[in-house]
Amino acid sequence: MVMITYVEPNGGRQEIDVPEGWSLMQGAMSNGVDGMEAECGGSCACATCHCYIDEAALALIPPAADNEAAMLENVVAERRPTSRLACQVKATAALEGILVELPAAQS
Amino acid sequence: MSAPIVIVGAGQSGLQVAESLRSEGWEGGILLLGEEAVPPYHRPPLSKAYLAGKAEEAQLFIRSPEALAKKRIDFRPGSRVAALDIARQTLTLADGSQLDYEGLALATGARNRALPLPGAELDGVFGLRTLDDTRRIADALAATEAVVVIGGGFIGLEFAAVAAAQGKRVTVLEAAERLMARAVPPALSDFYLALHRAHGVRVELGVSVAAVLGEQGRAHGVRCADGREFEAGLVVAGIGVLPNDELAAAAGIACDRGILVDACSRTSAPNVVASGDCTVTRLEDGSLRRLESVQAAVEQGKSAAAALLGRERPFSARPWFWSDQYEVKLQMAGLAAGADRSVLRGSQEAHAFSLFHYRGEQLLAVDSLNQPQVHMLSRRMLDAGRSPTPAQAADSGFELNTVLATPAPATSS
Ligand SMILES: Cc1cc2nc3c(=O)[nH]c(=O)nc-3n(C[C@H](O)[C@H](O)[C@H](O)COP(=O)(O)OP(=O)(O)OC[C@H]3O[C@@H](n4cnc5c(N)ncnc54)[C@H](O)[C@@H]3O)c2cc1C
Ligand code: FES
Repeated sequence: MVMITYVEPNGGRQEIDVPEGWSLMQGAMSNGVDGMEAECGGSCACATCHCYIDEAALALIPPAADNEAAMLENVVAERRPTSRLACQVKATAALEGILVELPAAQS
Repeated sequence: MSAPIVIVGAGQSGLQVAESLRSEGWEGGILLLGEEAVPPYHRPPLSKAYLAGKAEEAQLFIRSPEALAKKRIDFRPGSRVAALDIARQTLTLADGSQLDYEGLALATGARNRALPLPGAELDGVFGLRTLDDTRRIADALAATEAVVVIGGGFIGLEFAAVAAAQGKRVTVLEAAERLMARAVPPALSDFYLALHRAHGVRVELGVSVAAVLGEQGRAHGVRCADGREFEAGLVVAGIGVLPNDELAAAAGIACDRGILVDACSRTSAPNVVASGDCTVTRLEDGSLRRLESVQAAVEQGKSAAAALLGRERPFSARPWFWSDQYEVKLQMAGLAAGADRSVLRGSQEAHAFSLFHYRGEQLLAVDSLNQPQVHMLSRRMLDAGRSPTPAQAADSGFELNTVLATPAPATSS
């Protein structure tokens, strides 16, 4: 398990143990974290799993593939350098304790 | 204690109704009744990543039962509703027990149209709708080399792509003269025909299947009306779905090949809303629209919850849809019906292009293949009522986002 702290759009925090190998999207959805919609269920087709990753943690994660990067270009909420699609980021031991922030709007 | 709001059907849409009721401030009871034995799950991966072995079963479930409990959603799997009494505001479960409701949401989804053929009952013949179907198809797929898919729609073709990628001999039999005829324009049908053939799939168009052939209760092939036979240890039928509207119809709620709802998901009965695949929406111009998609299930679920609480929240977002076949991701925004011309942007040879569909100068829809950026932009342009001219759309040198950046003309609709 990898402990991830999700920050919901209203500022609420949820500390969640995400099974290793699951995506950050699945960890949030399964536990009902607010601000995650994930309509396509992880197909990298909807961009409703947009999140901001802790800047320090960004270096621990493989960079976005072309598909993900292209989707991120036109997300509904503000695009930041720390923007990722949570369904494309897998929980690994290295991510223990990181913060994942959810934007106010996904669609 | 006052009666709860009861939701019939624990799929994508029923779950959305339950959660939206909570987020919209409903403090009373919420009962989510689902016929299937498992918590709500994502159906789209059933014919894609999950079937291809790229996702494990636990990853399909949208919420854990604990997360539902935390939101005080009383989820009851394995509970089939057998009858409704609209006047008395009660419903009867399959086990005979009765429940009162304060408000009712019907989210019973759809089921696969059964194959109207001799041999359809044989072992080895499947439809693909539920997790259970998929588990059994996965087992059957592992045990056979030859597969026949009846119906060249999205689900049949996604399944064909998964089977072909596993090295199976795959035959797709489609009655129409082109693939996915109901949902995509001819140019895309042609593209996908070539794509499947390039992956070794045999695709036959304009064929009518006469029978599933079998021995000792097991399917071993199909026979077409023209006499041709195709061998198969597994037959998957994807010939469309039927809305589960019988429960509503029997209770006297207006249905027309689906439970009739308005843009706010209200049915003909007071305190009864409906959402998702079981519905058909009467649009303002009187026409009927059926959308079988996750987006519709989610957005209608939100408006259904609002309607139960006496608020109008019409489902107006532009439709969007996707399909994964081989390495090609199709993303569709808007509805192309009524378009009088289509413009190509990008390269079909490179498997990276979009089709912009116009009526006159007005953009109606954009289908993008391996062009996620164009897809995301098109959704925003359609939502904003903005559009590049057809000439701009066709010019890959033209920056589409400038359409969003410039102020809207006063006459734009
Ligand atoms: C294989 C497959 C692939 C798909 N791919 C895509 C895709 O790529 N993109 C996309 O947008 N859409 C896709 N779809 C469609 C999408 O999954 C559906 O539109 C969506 O699931 C509809 O949600 P729903 O809640 O309305 O219905 P459902 O998900 O069908 O849920 C309805 C539930 O109600 C239950 N129920 C029915 N009657 C009763 C009763 N009397 N009592 C209690 N429970 C009852 C059923 O058992 C079912 O669990 C796909 C569908 C399938 C099957
Ligand atoms: S869940 Fe759809 S893109 Fe991540």
